[in-house]
Amino acid sequence: MSARALHAVTRFGLGPRPDQPLPADPERWLRAQIRTPAPLPGPDAADCGRVSRLRRDDPGFMPSGYFPQEARAWLGRLLLSPDGFLERWTDLWCNHLCVSRRAAGVSSWGGHYHRTAIRPHVFGRFEDMFLAAMRHPAMLNYLDNVASYGPGSRAGQNGRLTANENLARETLELHSVTLEGGYAQEDVASLALILTGWNIGRGPDYREPEGFLFRGIRHEPGPKRLMGETFPEGEEGGVAALRFLARHPCTYRNLARRIATHFIADDPPAAALARLEASLSASGGDLGEAARTLVALPEAWQPLRKLASQQDYAVAVLRGIGAGEEGVEPLLNRLGAFDQPLWMPPAPIGWPDKAPGWNAPEQLMRRLDWVSALSSGLAANFPLDPPELVERLRGPLAPEEVRLAVARAPSRREGFILALAHPGMHRR
Amino acid sequence: MMQRRLFLSGISALGLGASRLALAAGPAGDARLVVVNLRGALDGLAAVPPIGDSGLAALRGEAWAFEPGTEGGALDLDGRFGLHPSLEGMHALFTAREALVFHAVAGPWRSRSHFEAQDLLEGGTERRTESGWLNRALSVLPAEPRGEPRIGLSLGSAMPLLMRGNRPVGSFTVPDLPRAAPETLEVLARWHATDPLLASGFSDGLRGRRFGNAAVGGDPALRDRDGFRRLSHVAGRMLAQRPGPRVAALDLGGWDTHVGQAARLRGLLAQLDAGLLALRDGLGDAWGRTAVLVMTEFGRTARVNGSAGTDHGTGGAAFLLGGAVAGGRVIADWPGLLPSRLLEGRDLLPTLDLRRLAKALLRDHLALPEEALERAFPGSIAVTPLPGLFRPA
Repeated sequence: MSARALHAVTRFGLGPRPDQPLPADPERWLRAQIRTPAPLPGPDAADCGRVSRLRRDDPGFMPSGYFPQEARAWLGRLLLSPDGFLERWTDLWCNHLCVSRRAAGVSSWGGHYHRTAIRPHVFGRFEDMFLAAMRHPAMLNYLDNVASYGPGSRAGQNGRLTANENLARETLELHSVTLEGGYAQEDVASLALILTGWNIGRGPDYREPEGFLFRGIRHEPGPKRLMGETFPEGEEGGVAALRFLARHPCTYRNLARRIATHFIADDPPAAALARLEASLSASGGDLGEAARTLVALPEAWQPLRKLASQQDYAVAVLRGIGAGEEGVEPLLNRLGAFDQPLWMPPAPIGWPDKAPGWNAPEQLMRRLDWVSALSSGLAANFPLDPPELVERLRGPLAPEEVRLAVARAPSRREGFILALAHPGMHRR
Repeated sequence: MMQRRLFLSGISALGLGASRLALAAGPAGDARLVVVNLRGALDGLAAVPPIGDSGLAALRGEAWAFEPGTEGGALDLDGRFGLHPSLEGMHALFTAREALVFHAVAGPWRSRSHFEAQDLLEGGTERRTESGWLNRALSVLPAEPRGEPRIGLSLGSAMPLLMRGNRPVGSFTVPDLPRAAPETLEVLARWHATDPLLASGFSDGLRGRRFGNAAVGGDPALRDRDGFRRLSHVAGRMLAQRPGPRVAALDLGGWDTHVGQAARLRGLLAQLDAGLLALRDGLGDAWGRTAVLVMTEFGRTARVNGSAGTDHGTGGAAFLLGGAVAGGRVIADWPGLLPSRLLEGRDLLPTLDLRRLAKALLRDHLALPEEALERAFPGSIAVTPLPGLFRPA
């Protein structure tokens, strides 16, 4: 049982599955996943738009939009995929550019957003992902750009309607340059004006499927300044401004920090950050390059010390006990009961990515309750004994005292509880 | 810290009463607050039908008018308003002057999205936030003495936004799952104790569980198959403890009655009613010092839709129950149901800001200082606590 292989599937991936062999060459296994992922099936933009419109008029129509079917497909991959690194890496970017079902219009479009705006670009250039996200109906809804008007635009009625700054503010602060970018409130206001007219619709003839639509009638006329640069009027001004932000050195630093915080430590070492940042700068924001750099960083192979999120833990436990398709529905419910419902982060900053977000008393107690209940079933049905489960899940990474206690547990059930709830199982 | 202490001693110098200081000084205070959140938006016009307003039958038809004295008729409150026939227990509380009924109530938001409105209802701020108004209000209190239970208590499987924030609060879920054996917990506790990231959360969690189990363990009410009644009873039992939690929050969902509302509401309101009585029974003598706020994120449309249901609206009903409440009154600045008086021609026009109830609970019932009101509902000084809701302690 190779410690390095278990480290790779636990830290970079989503945890070992008893029915999937551990990679013989962990680095190679990781590098092989750095490729453009195959497209995922699901409702297309026309369907999402139609359902979104119908739900707006009648909130009782498909109350959860396309969420249930999209969620099952998405969680099925987390549970079963042999490419755990690809899926974890994808989830990181979904969280970086998060949308939440807590906002109207996201239940219908959320699955489409993650499948088509984020996932195809996770190993491509950040600016392509960023642009796709910012033009997607889920994001335009979530951060209120659909309600934004240039006060000087024709639809703005001489300033009666104004720009909504939500998308501009969050995108500067969270998605791109961050406060380190040194922008001021006037830059927020200006980016909001640059993005006026970025909206949702069905094209000039009303024939195309619903999707991004630039509504010139709402767009603030004239060139605008953003962080010392000038951007022209029109849709292309917005594209240029977002590309400028995506390529900004402070954005690269932000992305490097996101990656290192997720994969290395809550407070990642400066050397690792510098290497990731340098690889992003040199490659023009190529996330595949950043992933290759990450895998090669010695810091990423230090003992597991990241605390698993509620989702990480639920997924790792279900994978660990070999749950198949039948585990998808329980996983979806579990995420709700764990207070980390899928695609429903409480705020645009996304789910926390550091330990204090995941070690509150109730969070830990719910993990314990859940594996206690699971273990009753495992005691009756699971093909392995508890010590074998420890071996499969953590192998040489499990401390001697855990192996001993699990081997001496008074019953199979208590043995499984110890095997699934010992502190090492909360690490990745 | 120093500043707060000065502030509190200033309050006592103003002679604002011993009970006020008692709670402010620590968890020894005696007032209990329970907040019940009806997720999904309760139809206030069905729960508290304005039987004196002829507009109700005009809008909804005779079948929805709940004429008192008829089959399925309302339980009369004051001639102007009645209670849905499923709310018999609440009606008895009203008659015993232990219930206040509010109508045409809404928060300051006008969103008709459930999630957004719930976040604003629980967050207490103008924009969405990551902490709840109740948690922030409790944050003015000094920490509980070591080893004592938290003042705040969240019941049910998920911590509601209302209770989230910097102030640590306890939580309790009825133990319907098989638990680990004590010796297993002992081993896990020992392992976690040396883990820098997990030690404090794990030991705090076990401590909370032990308190909860000690308070309710072996209680036959735990086997109640009605989850809400079970949780309400547990809430009462835990709040009755000394020392014990004083402020609890729980949820009852399912109120989004777009389709076939009449049948669904009958069951849901009966469940709510039974839960409130179970809460009272669990509290025992402590009921006399208790106020229960029952609230929802928005009301529903004044008209019935094509599926014999109602859609997302604005103004609705709220309730305040308990021995501490100066009850037996319906408090409503009634806007009427004439089509011209409806908000946007569709919803009951709200005339009472829900925050005025919440602020009265914080100031006049829990006797928290003004600072707590400001933290709970920042920048809303013009929204004053509604006076006269509680009996003199």
